[in-house]
Amino acid sequence: MTGVTDIRAQIDALPGLDPRAPLLHVEDLHVEFRTRDGVAKAVNGASFHLSAGETLAILGESGCGKSVTAQAVMGILDTPPAHITNGTVRYRGVDLLGLSEQERRKVRANRIAMIFQDALSALNPVYTVGFQLGELFRKHRGLSRKDAKRRAVESLDQVRIPAAGQRINDYPHQFSGGMRQRVMIAMALALDPEVLIADEPTTALDVTVQAQIMRLLAELQRQRTMGLILITHDMGVVADVADRVSVMYAGKVVEEAPVYDIYGRPAHPYTQALLASIPRLDLKGRPLNVIRGLPPALTDIPSGCAFHPRCGYAREICRQEQPPAYRIAPHRESRCHFIREVLGV
Amino acid sequence: MSDASDLVLETRNLVKHFPITQGVVFKSKVGAVRAVDGVDLQLRRGETLGIVGESGCGKSTLAKLLVSLEKPTSGEVIVRGENMARLSGQSLRRARRNIQMVLQDPYTSLNPRMTVGDIIGEPFAVHPDAVPRAGRARAVQELLDLVGLNPDHVNRYPHQFSGGQRQRIGIARALALRPEIIVCDEPVSALDVSIQGQVINLLESLQHELGLSYIFIAHDLSVVRHISDRVAVMYLGKIVESGYHLAIYEQPTHPYTQALLSAVPVPDPRLRGRRDLIELEGDVPSPADPPSGCRFRTRCWKAQPYCADHEPLLQIRQRSPHPSACHYAEIRDVIRY
Repeated sequence: MTGVTDIRAQIDALPGLDPRAPLLHVEDLHVEFRTRDGVAKAVNGASFHLSAGETLAILGESGCGKSVTAQAVMGILDTPPAHITNGTVRYRGVDLLGLSEQERRKVRANRIAMIFQDALSALNPVYTVGFQLGELFRKHRGLSRKDAKRRAVESLDQVRIPAAGQRINDYPHQFSGGMRQRVMIAMALALDPEVLIADEPTTALDVTVQAQIMRLLAELQRQRTMGLILITHDMGVVADVADRVSVMYAGKVVEEAPVYDIYGRPAHPYTQALLASIPRLDLKGRPLNVIRGLPPALTDIPSGCAFHPRCGYAREICRQEQPPAYRIAPHRESRCHFIREVLGV
Repeated sequence: MSDASDLVLETRNLVKHFPITQGVVFKSKVGAVRAVDGVDLQLRRGETLGIVGESGCGKSTLAKLLVSLEKPTSGEVIVRGENMARLSGQSLRRARRNIQMVLQDPYTSLNPRMTVGDIIGEPFAVHPDAVPRAGRARAVQELLDLVGLNPDHVNRYPHQFSGGQRQRIGIARALALRPEIIVCDEPVSALDVSIQGQVINLLESLQHELGLSYIFIAHDLSVVRHISDRVAVMYLGKIVESGYHLAIYEQPTHPYTQALLSAVPVPDPRLRGRRDLIELEGDVPSPADPPSGCRFRTRCWKAQPYCADHEPLLQIRQRSPHPSACHYAEIRDVIRY
């Protein structure tokens, strides 16, 4: 029973924890995978920050490093083959990368939680959802089986699963895709985390179910003034829910801006090209705009600006020098040598 | 606009039920999954018919029925005037040439142990009279060139190509026998946005070049709108609304179409909160036990007791200028993007 206050107090006693410090601050994160075929540089200096109540979207295509970044923040990367070679992940001032696994485990679920794309493989198929939910309360809060079960029912109620009292005894495969995603959200939010990382939470779902889940997430976030990191490739979802957007390409955040600026006046050629490739009504009957070429192999990232082989603005300097993060406005940065041209000023 | 001779593919009351059995030795049929339950559609030469619907609505089963990978429980698939279900052996094999398929997942639909040349050339082995043996290597190279791949790469294996390139290989394979019709089952949904566009542009240019007709099945509504001339919306094994693409997207009359369109997130933050989002309650009912009458009534906000007893037919109605399977069909301006 003492476990309850213990874990929370233990987190609050972590060295360097300052309640007034930024909620989450990731700086210059580098992750590489050492494989037989070479070193794959999945994340190459990702930086972003998140405040309470805010939704940050990390937008990018497959292989851009968005999921690896999230896993590094959560501390769930498989090491080896993954190695964090540089950077800091600060939660309220505490550098999470410097903590022991034991301390890390306390922060996970209690302060930073995560939901995944595929709920069926994220949930354990041989335990009922009630057991899996209750486990959180038993391990982290020291509740008895009976109390844990009661809390589990409440959690399912909160994500609006009908007849939660009965469904608690069901196994994950007995839920539909949308309901399963709700179970995972209930699990992530069970211990009232301050940060929720959602990695493609609706990608496997149908549009009508996606709308339900996104609405639910937004509502729960508002109630709890929780910071939400939404990892996605869907520019529609981003436009719908994000406050700020970080666009990733080849392991780097190439542009960061408030959502209206990203869509209204993208400041990086990659963002611009991504937006232009959306099939719109006025493009009907004409070829779609495409980004030529392919995303780079992570074992062989182009020199200079990684986007230069596919970029319409690219010149000699792009092949040689990595563009720094140019500050365009407060909260607006872009890594491009030719931002003036891109913005048309 | 076009006469009957333009019709390349037609289905009449096409039905596919998968039996649910009980017991191991003495199997008895205890029910049926009504995957496709009475679908009529028509495809003309050079046209693209988009089919949209959510998972489990039967669109992939429909695709398999069209290319005769599944035998219909009842109803007809008529390709160029011939009923595929009545054909067998040699004549079925010949007829199948005319209708080919591109599959969703370019990672699993190509045999990893075969070279690209063998994959694209396999149709010639099945249909030896399509191209004489001596000309096959050349034909494969021409196909690679046609879909924008390097003809010198015939000896490479699928894993040496990216996702978009693999889908091009799948398209080349489908084109090998010079079909008139290609059924594309979610051809771009496994691909990234920047690559999706490349494959869609390829499909469109091939259509103009070769006069192909497409059945384009997808769940991404904006992709379907881009490529389709006409669109059919499926729900639980039935087409609930069909028409010219503008009719479906701008003037949907079936509540399900309206809800589906309203749920698509629009890539423009200025529309946030100003969209008329119709949130559907619950999940799609099981196709093994569909609701009586109108199948959408359990989730429909317009449902009346009448809907439970009377199944609405897909037809033009007083307030629906295009076919709609709703007793209370009327135009609702859902969204503009």
